[in-house]
Amino acid sequence: MYTKEFLAQLYKKLYTIRVFESRCIQLYRQGLIRGYFHPYLGEEAIAVGACAAIERHDYITSTHRGHGHCIAKGAKVKFMVAELLGKKTGYCKGLGGSMHIADLAVGNLGANAIVGANLPLGVGAALASSMKKDGKVTVVFISDGASNNGVFSESMNLAAIWNLPLITIVENNQYAVSTPITQSTCEANLFKRGEALGITSQQIDGNDVLTVYETVKNFAEHCRRGEGPFLIEAITFRHGGHHVNDPGLYMPKEKLDYYMSIDPIKRGRQYLLEKGGASDNEVKEIEATVEKNMEEAIRFAQSSDELAFDDFLAIVEGY
Amino acid sequence: MAREILYREALNEALREEMRRDPTVFLMGEGIAERGGSYKVTVDLLKEFSPQRVIDTPIAEASFTGAGVGAAIAGMRPVVEILFIDFTMLILDQIINQAAKYKFMSGGKAPVPFVLRSQGGVGNGLAAQHSESLEALFYHIPGLKVVMPSTPYDAKGLLKSAIRCDEPVIFLEHKLLYMTKGDVPEAEYTINFGQADIKKRGKHATIIAWSNMVPRSLDAAAKLANEGIDVEVIDPRTLVPLDKATILASVRKTERVVIVQEAVRRGGVASDIASIIQAEAFDYLDAPIEIVAGLNSPVPFNLSLESRVVPREEDIINAVKKVMYI
Ligand SMILES: Cc1ncc(C[n+]2csc(CCOP(=O)(O)OP(=O)(O)O)c2C)c(N)n1
Ligand SMILES: [Mg+2]
Repeated sequence: MYTKEFLAQLYKKLYTIRVFESRCIQLYRQGLIRGYFHPYLGEEAIAVGACAAIERHDYITSTHRGHGHCIAKGAKVKFMVAELLGKKTGYCKGLGGSMHIADLAVGNLGANAIVGANLPLGVGAALASSMKKDGKVTVVFISDGASNNGVFSESMNLAAIWNLPLITIVENNQYAVSTPITQSTCEANLFKRGEALGITSQQIDGNDVLTVYETVKNFAEHCRRGEGPFLIEAITFRHGGHHVNDPGLYMPKEKLDYYMSIDPIKRGRQYLLEKGGASDNEVKEIEATVEKNMEEAIRFAQSSDELAFDDFLAIVEGY
Repeated sequence: MAREILYREALNEALREEMRRDPTVFLMGEGIAERGGSYKVTVDLLKEFSPQRVIDTPIAEASFTGAGVGAAIAGMRPVVEILFIDFTMLILDQIINQAAKYKFMSGGKAPVPFVLRSQGGVGNGLAAQHSESLEALFYHIPGLKVVMPSTPYDAKGLLKSAIRCDEPVIFLEHKLLYMTKGDVPEAEYTINFGQADIKKRGKHATIIAWSNMVPRSLDAAAKLANEGIDVEVIDPRTLVPLDKATILASVRKTERVVIVQEAVRRGGVASDIASIIQAEAFDYLDAPIEIVAGLNSPVPFNLSLESRVVPREEDIINAVKKVMYI
């Protein structure tokens, strides 16, 4: 029931995120990328499945762990690498960096370095859509840690009483930095918080790109008919520590092994081979294209200039 | 006997000593217990004290800060940590409407022995939401003490006083200072609020600076000394209360003033200190007061640009030369 082309598209995105994060971590280790860097490794299926289920003009708001959302929503990796390297050809002219990439042309309203802050912004985008009747849906990505902040319940409640076309996806990777979810809540089934506010909510396997896709697609259709909002709790796990300098030693090995065994990239590849009937060679071709594109992106970023101080001053003129 | 320790170790010692001394002292914040804090200030405290006194919180800043204020009102001495000063924007009601006014509104009856520890400033490309210097926001609010130590010695002595203080204290560290070293005595000591420290004596001009602008001003002063210019560097250490006497005495001596702050220029503490000096020592001034401050801009991610939005050593040197008409 899925075409080979569709599954290939999903796999290409999954693999792009994997390669982007892995290569950029190397650049970080070489000292070429500075500041905070929170890899999306292990969580790729959520962004890819969700963004495949909505339209290019629909909105997303993202987090500090935002590279995957950005790529899934349609960003060009060369402008992302340039941003991470602080270059003027980057999405934010090098002013924002990893935690602040926004790509308005494809509805990505931006990553955010304040945990939870992207939630009310998403509510606002959905509010604007409902006022303008533009038929757009907003998908907000947050993680378990953010769901403990006051803005979570306030925002979800607003979305509920206003019937907004909003889908909040809680990427439950079971950690906020090193704090396991069991230490930060007495009810670790986070979808129940949506239910408590009268919002249709569902807990799903966040490592399965097709499950994410189907769930978001269904909810998005309801949203467009004025039947929002919705909440999805997507269970997943980071492949490493909180950020590139955190070895994540507190993450139990058995758990990590389990989630490695249900790695979203591996499963996406399997889907393409088995459900899509693609050949090994076709899959390898996709991978080679992604890798080549990434190397070009790195060359582009490295050969780009930094924003000149005078141009910076022109931007903040009148601030 | 003094030994050299890190700023972050000095803070750790202050917390440990006060927790040993007073069972009502407890700590709250994100990742402060098991992990020992993002900048390792609270490292190993969980080994000595119970999880009830070194509390890891969920990401619920407004509520755990408010809970700290409430616990203070009810007789505890909480030290609440907010990872980055940028995130204190989430707790302003609890600080400004509650902590700062509680004693006043209760007719002066109820002390609020509450300490907020946070850190600010630029450092290594953390970008616009992790790099701000926001002391002026708290400085503006009656009822709050504002402390900004620049050395390990000051950090320890002032944090101990902050914890013993019966009024809410905003204790602001700097991310680039945590790994700096300095002499700290083995023996116990505290530093009273409202006592500036003259970090370098001099006669030609007065530099007033706090937090990470103190070492930068001292570097500038060393370069100026090579050119025969002898500046005095004053660190107020506490912005509220402000040691006007030490500042004014220096102004009357040197008759030239440069104030250096990392925070953006508009509406900053430097402007307020300048206004105090001109009101109380106008006749002594030989030149207009120079303020060296951050640009009125959010902090950019790009490192070269980041270094341009806050005062550089050369900016401080130029300002001193300007007030000396050199
Ligand atoms: C308001 C706020 N508080 C604290 C932080 C520091 N911080 C950055 S990421 C993070 C953990 C977030 O956990 P979660 O929401 O589960 O997201 P994840 O990292 O798992 O994707 C914390 C505490 C912040 N950036 N903003
Ligand atoms: Mg999480």
